[in-house]
Amino acid sequence: MSDVIPAAAAVDPFALGDKPVRSREVFRSLKKDPAALVSIIVLIALALIALAAPLLSPHDPLQTYPDIGLGPQGQPLPPGTPGFLLGTDALGRDVLSRLIYGAQVSLVIGIVANGLATAFGVLVGIVAGYFGGVVEAILMRITDVVISFPILLLCTALIAVTTRSTFNVIIVIALIYWTTLARIIRSMVVSLKEREFVVASQTLGLSHRSIMWRHILPHLVPAIIVYTTLGVASSILIESALSFLGIGVPIPSPSWGQMISDGSTYFQIAPWMLFIPGICLILTVMAFNLVGDWLSDMLNSTTPTAR
Amino acid sequence: MTALLDVSDLVVDFPTASDGVFHAVDSVSFTVNAGERVGIVGESGSGKSLTSQALMRLVPSPGTVSSGTVLFDGAEVMGFSAKKLQKWRGSQTAMVFQDPMSSLNPLMRIGRQITESLQEHLGLSKAESRVRAIELLQRVGIPDAESRLSDFPGAFSGGMRQRVCIAIATACSPRLLIADEPTTALDVTVQAQVLDLLDHMATELNTGVILISHDLGVISSFCDRILVMYAGRIVEEGTAEQIVGDPQHPYTRALLASILKLSEPIPRRLKSISGAPPLAGRRASGCSFAPRCALAVDACLTIDPALVDTVNGRPGQKVACGVAAPAAFEFAEGATAA
Repeated sequence: MSDVIPAAAAVDPFALGDKPVRSREVFRSLKKDPAALVSIIVLIALALIALAAPLLSPHDPLQTYPDIGLGPQGQPLPPGTPGFLLGTDALGRDVLSRLIYGAQVSLVIGIVANGLATAFGVLVGIVAGYFGGVVEAILMRITDVVISFPILLLCTALIAVTTRSTFNVIIVIALIYWTTLARIIRSMVVSLKEREFVVASQTLGLSHRSIMWRHILPHLVPAIIVYTTLGVASSILIESALSFLGIGVPIPSPSWGQMISDGSTYFQIAPWMLFIPGICLILTVMAFNLVGDWLSDMLNSTTPTAR
Repeated sequence: MTALLDVSDLVVDFPTASDGVFHAVDSVSFTVNAGERVGIVGESGSGKSLTSQALMRLVPSPGTVSSGTVLFDGAEVMGFSAKKLQKWRGSQTAMVFQDPMSSLNPLMRIGRQITESLQEHLGLSKAESRVRAIELLQRVGIPDAESRLSDFPGAFSGGMRQRVCIAIATACSPRLLIADEPTTALDVTVQAQVLDLLDHMATELNTGVILISHDLGVISSFCDRILVMYAGRIVEEGTAEQIVGDPQHPYTRALLASILKLSEPIPRRLKSISGAPPLAGRRASGCSFAPRCALAVDACLTIDPALVDTVNGRPGQKVACGVAAPAAFEFAEGATAA
């Protein structure tokens, strides 16, 4: 299931950043990349919507309306129905409200899970790359083992032995997604530590911690930003996949993956139940990927004016 | 008086592809006194940089220091614990590197790069170390020092960067400064300024300096004593006057002959040393310079000469050449077999 992270493979971490980035350059490069600009706007809007969910959503996302939310034969109402802008689902719940609260779930899981994965992956990568030897061998073999499991299978197994909760979903995603970044960071650190300024800081008697933290880490920041952005998209996707399989965020919490799963059952009579969250998911993931691509272009020191 | 640095029989080994070992630095011994400038000269691959890295215990993997002792002020550096080593580096010894473009961290403001070791070793506060950094920058001749603290290295020219590097290296007033080709990457006009600065700093702080270069001109103008290295060994040592004025080893002579003399008409072809240094791990028996040496006799190909006093009787001058000093063959290891 490594095809969940398609864009990450195309980024060359070694081409990223060797000079301080100024805000002026950020705006200039954003002007040249309208897709990234639109994506950023989409993501900001999404974040605002998620934050203001209680104010924006017309109904309680968990509230069923068996009387006004369902048709005469008990079928879901289509989009455009007065009071239910995007229609209702099979239980007579408002799709728009569930979508808005679902954005909250997706973003929180995407950002928190991926943030944890990034922190852990960077830590493992730096320590392994910097110290080398036995430390590196142990850490990277553990990474290899985790990477060699099929992602969904591992998630399923991990969740099966714990209880189904949002917290556990976050932990499971984080436990799986640190590996790619750990490998990338390790390989970057292996080459960085041979750079003369790192050797120079060793001759100055700086502690390993200062060298890793102050001299090596700043050179990794561009790569970390790019991979984290792309990683959020992957985390959102994997959460949806887990929810689709019924092992994600516990019902009745509105998650896009859960909504897609429900929708697929009623696809014949209520296609909007599937399409609306599906389109939101695609747009969000695409926006994260486009922003990630743009960041990697902008931070790419060898071709500062790419595109 | 014990020497500041006393290196004896230092050997740095690298494993070869055929499971053997290659002595990249072979039985090197020398001393550096406080305030003394010692130059190490030799062509690429002669082991001069590796010698300095071995002193700092920074031999790049897979190389190892397989034997020898390095006494710093009487203490065995090779026996330092990791913590002691870290304290020793930067406060007692420091290094200036060849390329100031790459030896400064491009993403860190230079003020931070200077204050770092002040805080680490001297325990100065942020404000104190900042004041000290300004002083240091002024001392190495950087104008407008205070405002330049917040510049990134990219905002400095090559010569200025090397000055910053010297400021960083001398921040904690080290007693030994190792300068590994500090002027090679610089313009000729800037070279002289940087050497003057090194000279000035070394005098002011009474620092022992090891200057590594392939440029005999730079070395002879700066150093009190010169070590000539070839294929991992010291082949000749002496004072600057002895080495330049009366070289004994054919290799030293050849190095000197390849320098242009402005007092003489410029030849159509510059003199060079034919051939190349022995390849790693393919060291034949006998003197390693013999295949390229115009004066080589049969014995040179079988006997590995020892470093002995020269026949001209100058104190302190030593040479490892059986032709220039027959004693070199007598004291050579395995000489009885020949």
